[in-house]
Amino acid sequence: MSVNGRRPLHQSTPPRRRLVRARRPPILDRLGIWLHQHRQTLIDSLYRLRAAPLASSMTVTVIAISLALPTLLYILSANLRLLVGNWEQTAAISLFLDFQVEDQQAQALASQLRGWPEIARVELITREQALAEFRDLGGFEEALDRIQENPLPIVLVIYPQPDRSDSAQLEALQSRLLELPEADFTRMDTLWLQRLEAIIALMQVIALLIGVLLGIGVLLIVGNTIRLEILNRHIEIEVMALVGATPGFIRRPFLYTGAWYGLLGSLLAWILVGIALLILQVYVSELASLYHTAFKLSGLGLGEIGILIGTSILLGLIGSWLAVDRHLRQTRTL
Amino acid sequence: MIRFQNVYKRYPERGDALAGIDLEIQTGEMVFLTGHSGAGKSTLLRLIGLLERPTRGQVLVNGRNLTTLPRREIPYHRRQVGMIFQDHRLLPDRSVFDNVALPLMVMGVHPKEIGRRVRAVLDQVGLLRRERALPVALSGGEQQRVGIARALVGRPAVLLADEPTGNLDPDLSREIFHLFERFKYVGMTLVIATHDFDLVEELGHRTLRLDEGRLVSDTGAW
Repeated sequence: MSVNGRRPLHQSTPPRRRLVRARRPPILDRLGIWLHQHRQTLIDSLYRLRAAPLASSMTVTVIAISLALPTLLYILSANLRLLVGNWEQTAAISLFLDFQVEDQQAQALASQLRGWPEIARVELITREQALAEFRDLGGFEEALDRIQENPLPIVLVIYPQPDRSDSAQLEALQSRLLELPEADFTRMDTLWLQRLEAIIALMQVIALLIGVLLGIGVLLIVGNTIRLEILNRHIEIEVMALVGATPGFIRRPFLYTGAWYGLLGSLLAWILVGIALLILQVYVSELASLYHTAFKLSGLGLGEIGILIGTSILLGLIGSWLAVDRHLRQTRTL
Repeated sequence: MIRFQNVYKRYPERGDALAGIDLEIQTGEMVFLTGHSGAGKSTLLRLIGLLERPTRGQVLVNGRNLTTLPRREIPYHRRQVGMIFQDHRLLPDRSVFDNVALPLMVMGVHPKEIGRRVRAVLDQVGLLRRERALPVALSGGEQQRVGIARALVGRPAVLLADEPTGNLDPDLSREIFHLFERFKYVGMTLVIATHDFDLVEELGHRTLRLDEGRLVSDTGAW
């Protein structure tokens, strides 16, 4: 044994070839190299997009339009939903009381109902008030004069809490009111609201369907663009395979290119949607002013922008993956 | 280092390219592979580099049985086999340096180490001053030397060359072959397919002759 503890070298053994695998650098270095390679590829792939600006921007634009369309539909349906929510807040239930119920009893009932958590406000219309109102409507004076007794019951107009006034909750409140011993029947005109809600739901389903179809479109656009790029670079791919590149290494720059397309496409889609909303806002404001209200279209929230960008990048990645995978399978001699 | 056992390679379009090849090449040997075009020289090299698998028989390189090597291992096998082509197969849009660095990048070598090793190998082939040039700016001989540098930079155990001097004049060819001899002396195993009978005789290394897919003569270890 030598002093430093190593085995003495045998002169007779032939010089062993240094194999690359046996001399792998330590794990931290490998991570550093890996990160370095990814960063390099990320930048290189962006430069490649810039090298063919016309082709790249055309692809990006097609992706952006494909994404902007369903996004816009989604935003419009979300805004309609918001608008309907505003209307629902003004919905009220008219509770017609039993004929025998007297004013005092009705007062007590009204203050009892004011204590219910889902009710915001209760308005009491006495028989006299109702009759006066009815008379004011005109055309009924003669008929009313002939009747000795007031035929109208006491009515409680119940305004539900704004945050508890979707159609299901109104339905529940209505049936609870009907269980009261003083109640005769209730009336609530919400059918049109329900229809509108159904239309909005339909719109959202359509937005989703169009989104799925155009998403597949984005996949194919990116896939085809990457396919063309692969054809342009097939010599490079071949040489890389010859010098021992793994399929993952060969795939990497194309995946990054796909991801760039996705990112740039979604950013442009965001801008397109913003412009469309600005234009639509002009007309919506005009319409709203006819109803003496103001309504501001709300755009995408932060989370929704995240989903848009994330989905687009994912589609770009999948599209390029499919293209590269197909090529690698076809050209591999094995 | 390299062993063929009763190897057949059949292409559906043109029949047997190799028929019943048996041969053994030791570590540190330099072997010339001669024969007419279509005799199976390229096919033999392609089997060693695992660009193709034999139809029948076994090919062993550096202790690996290539016939049964799983697909995912192929890249790692190719890193131990440097390949040189008649048409160089350089990337035209990358500098000499980047072309030579490619195998090291693929292997995940540290960037600093890449610079050191690429320059060392460019120095060996005498192209250190042209590292920034694009391949089109180089002469045929220089391009071939870039191809050789690229094959060497990964320090492969085996170097394969398919007609490396096919387009070069005799002086340049001789220069390239002398370069190969230097690698032989550091323990590399070389298999060189060539038409250049004059140079083969002049240099005098082990020579295998193929004819219609059969091994018809082997001078044996020189």
